[in-house]
Order: sequence, then structure tokens, then C-alpha cells
Amino acid sequence: MAKSVTEISRGLAAGKFSSVEVTQDYLARIAEFNPSLNCFISVTDELALAQARQADDRRAGGEADALTGVPLAHKDLFCTDGVRTSCASRILDNFIAPYDAKVIENFKSAGAVMLGKTNMDEFAMGSSNENSHYGCVANPWNTAHVPGGSSGGSAAAVAAGLAPGASGTDTGGSIRQPAAFCGVTGIKPTYGRVSRYGMIAFASSLDQGGPFARSAEDCALLLRTMAGFDRRDSTCSEQAVPDYPASIGRGVEGLKIGLPVEYFAEGLDSKLAAVIETAVDELRRLGAEIQDISLPNTGLSIPTYYVVAMAECSSNLSRFDGVRFGYRCEDPVDLEDLYKRSRGEGFGAEVKRRILIGTYALSAGYYDAYYLKAQQLRRMIKDDFQKAFSSVDLILGPTTPGVAFRIGAKTDDPVSMYLQDIYTISLNLAGLPGMSLPVGFVDGLPVGMQLIGNYFDEAGLLNAAHSYQQVTDWHLQTPELKV
Amino acid sequence: MTLKSEDVLNIAHLARLHIDEDAIDQYTSDLSSILTLVDQMNQVDSSGVVPLANPLDATQRLRDDEVTEIDERDKFQQIAPDVEAGFYRVPKVIE
Repeated sequence: MAKSVTEISRGLAAGKFSSVEVTQDYLARIAEFNPSLNCFISVTDELALAQARQADDRRAGGEADALTGVPLAHKDLFCTDGVRTSCASRILDNFIAPYDAKVIENFKSAGAVMLGKTNMDEFAMGSSNENSHYGCVANPWNTAHVPGGSSGGSAAAVAAGLAPGASGTDTGGSIRQPAAFCGVTGIKPTYGRVSRYGMIAFASSLDQGGPFARSAEDCALLLRTMAGFDRRDSTCSEQAVPDYPASIGRGVEGLKIGLPVEYFAEGLDSKLAAVIETAVDELRRLGAEIQDISLPNTGLSIPTYYVVAMAECSSNLSRFDGVRFGYRCEDPVDLEDLYKRSRGEGFGAEVKRRILIGTYALSAGYYDAYYLKAQQLRRMIKDDFQKAFSSVDLILGPTTPGVAFRIGAKTDDPVSMYLQDIYTISLNLAGLPGMSLPVGFVDGLPVGMQLIGNYFDEAGLLNAAHSYQQVTDWHLQTPELKV
Repeated sequence: MTLKSEDVLNIAHLARLHIDEDAIDQYTSDLSSILTLVDQMNQVDSSGVVPLANPLDATQRLRDDEVTEIDERDKFQQIAPDVEAGFYRVPKVIE
């Protein structure tokens, strides 16, 4: 078990097993381990087996795609027609999506199988998965620790072998940080690479979907299917999607990799820094040229990010009003009471904090001081990266300042939780692609290394990560699970 | 930046968000500490910098003015909290 997407794809093509058999294996593992890990909010077993039978028929008819019959899990913020899409919120606990997200459409037309919908921080707001209405996910490497967030269920499901691959979304690190904490590979593409249609919006100028899997090779396969133009997302890119799996065997000889001095400064755990340095040495041995660079405005990224993200969230989440779908409070006395109590009872504490800050930042008299100022700093942060990319091909650093922390360790102080995102959020502000891959352990918990590429250079990221994974086996490590 | 509990109640009203009486102090303190973090933005002079709204500086794509959506009212209303005769029902607004 714990086969990779690539192995399953090849095994299905070679007729070694059927999609129904593989799907049954994964459903059995989910039934065994999900009660203790809580990776899934909904397990769609009947649908999965029906899709697996269809996939086997399609393959028998000679019409198979690389992902036909491959079982996958999807973050519970991708709308799935006829299947509950809760966003881990009480306000959408009863929401059966009436249509499919573009990402789901793409996986369906490739013939992939959906195992279920994964747990997450409510509305993708959080870095630990503790903000879920359905309870925290346990980190498969140590169940007293968080899996990261917000796509914690997807990352933990892949790490625990409850799915070979999964979808996620990343607004400030929500793919890369849980990938790092759970020891799996995840990529956040360039803003606009993957359609946001049917992805329940958090911060529209930052949100981007992407895959989790055990390796860069698997992520390449999944991203090829997820990415592409969609007219229903007004900021979706029209650039052609490269054949990622075909572009990962190029090696890193002569590749210029920059290490931002700000990412190795105060705040980084020293044991984690040592693990990253060993991984850098490995890339150097493979022929990469390593040099120091500077991203001087890194420190500004946290305040800038939280203003942009909270302002956009307060606007996006105004659609949850208790009128057309979702939770409605009991016995509203008037329309205002209906709005206020449906929202007050439907949203969790962190979502409410963000709506309130965002509303404040956008209110009359404060817009220039907060949102406009943040947009100016956003350009300065983007310019730092563009300057860096004039001398290097990729940027490398830690994904997180430390390994997965204990459940409950940071819940009392929202600001200390926000500081977890220091290395990941600037990419969302700049719209750049980034990925996290496992490069070692500290105290028995996985360490993630982040690679950052220039716009639309997902192939370059996947290639560098694949080169590293060809000579190391960190991505092949699996946790011992207890029922 | 420090907020008072009246400020939080006013913002909550603007956001049409009910906050429990006994949670107001906690929200006031949490929001104040978030705003203190946000105030770090003022350490930098950004005068003259063009605000960035889209990371790729993309402009709005236009499309032909044609009907592209189909009528799915019945499907959408299946998940509504309260409907009658094809309409969404809410408490009486006009006396």
C-alpha cells in the first residue's frame, strides 16, 4: 500500500489491478485510520466505487487518461455537484453544492475517482487545522501535533496513505505549510494557473489551487490535469499548460539557486536550518550553483498579507447571509436579525476575527491607511522577487520556521499563529509559484524545503524537486499509524 | 492601535455579524493585537508606489454580451433555507 499516483497509473495501464480494487484498498484504509486522524469530513465511498467501475469500463474501451481510475481526495472547499461542500464551517454544514468546481470537472473528465472531501481550517483561515467545525486533524507522524493548515486534511491523508494524491488551495501557505508539516510534496502554482471557479473564495487576489502527493513526479501528473484556462475565472491565465511530467528529467546542472538571507535569520529553528543546509549541499553536489540573495521587504509580508486577506475575506464572506443557502438562525425577528445571527452562529471565532478586521480596514476613512497601503507594499514585495530573479533561476529556503507544533500550543494568540506563515505568504502577495518537499526530520517530525520559481515556471520547480528526490528518500518515508 | 468595545460593536454591525456579549472583550483584545501587527506597515514610506491589485497586473477580460447561463432556479432553491412559489422567503421587510 501507500502506492504513488505514478505507480497506480502505471499499474492500471498494465492491467496489474483494477480501479475498483485500488479504490477499495484506499476506502478500507480510510475506514481504519480516519477515525483517529480525522482527515476526511465526508467519505464518498459509493460514489468512489461507481466512478471506479466507470474508469475500469473506460480503460477497457481504450479511452484511458493517465489519471483514469486513480483515487484522489479533494479539499472540502472545492464545490462538488451533489456532494456536501462544507468548507469546514457550520454555516455550510448542510450545503450540497449544485455544481462542480473547474478543478473537479478536470479530474472527472480525466476519469479520476473521488474518495472524499478533506478536513481544513474553516474557510481556509488558519495554519493548524484547529479552526475546523469538524475538529482538528492529527499529524500522522505524531498525533499530538497539528498537520498544518489550512489544507491539513489533504496533506495528512497523503502522508498516511489514505489517498495517493489530493487537491488543496493556498492563500498564504495553505498547501506548502501542511505539506511541510506532514512530510509530503505540494505545489502552489502561479496565481491564475489553476481556475478558481467553484473554489469557495477566501481572498480572491491570493487564492490558488494545487496538488499534494508523495513526490514531484506525482505532483506533475496532477497539476497537468488541474491547470488550464477557464473563462469563468476572470483572472485565470490563458497561457498554455506545459507537459509537466515530460519536463522533470532535466537535472539541475548549472541551475542558479538563490538563498534569501532574510529566510535564514532570526526566528528560524536552528535544527531545522541545519536540515535545510544539508539539502542545499545535495543540490550543490548535483551541479546547482548556490548564491545568497536578499528579499529586503520580507518582514513586511505578514502585516501586508493580513490586511489584503482580511479585507478580501470580509467582502467574499458577505455572500453567506442565511437567505439563499447554508445555515439560517432559528426564529429571526427581522431581516437584520436573520443576517446577524445566521452569520454570528454559523461562523467560527477566527473567521469572525478576520471579517471584523477586514470590515474595519475597508470602512470609510480607513481604506487608504490599510488596504491601499498594503497594495503599495505588495508591489514592493513583488519587486524584490523580480530583482532576485534577474540573477537566479530559483529561490530556496525553509517552508516554515519550525516543525509541526503541538495541538493547542498557539490557539490563544492569533498573532503568534500568523507568524508561522512568514516564508510562504510573500509568494501569494507576489503571485509566484512555490512548492514544499520533505528533506529530513527534527524530533521525529518532517521538515519541508520551499522552492520558489518565477511566474509560470512550475516545470522548473517540479524539475528541481524531482532531481533532489531521485537521489534522496525523504519523500518515501511513511509514518507508523496506530488505529 | 487599540480598539474600544464600542468600536468592535460598530464594526460587527457594519459586517452584519452578531457577537455574543461575553465575547466582546476577547474580540476587542484580539483585534487590537492584530491591528498592532498591521501597523508595522507604517514603518515603510511607500509614497508614490503604484498599488498592486493583481499580481500579474492583468486587466479585466471582456466577453461578448451573450447569454451563457441556463435557468437552474429549481436546483438552486433545493438548498435554500426557506422558499415559496419560486421565491426566497425572509422576514417581512416593509410594514
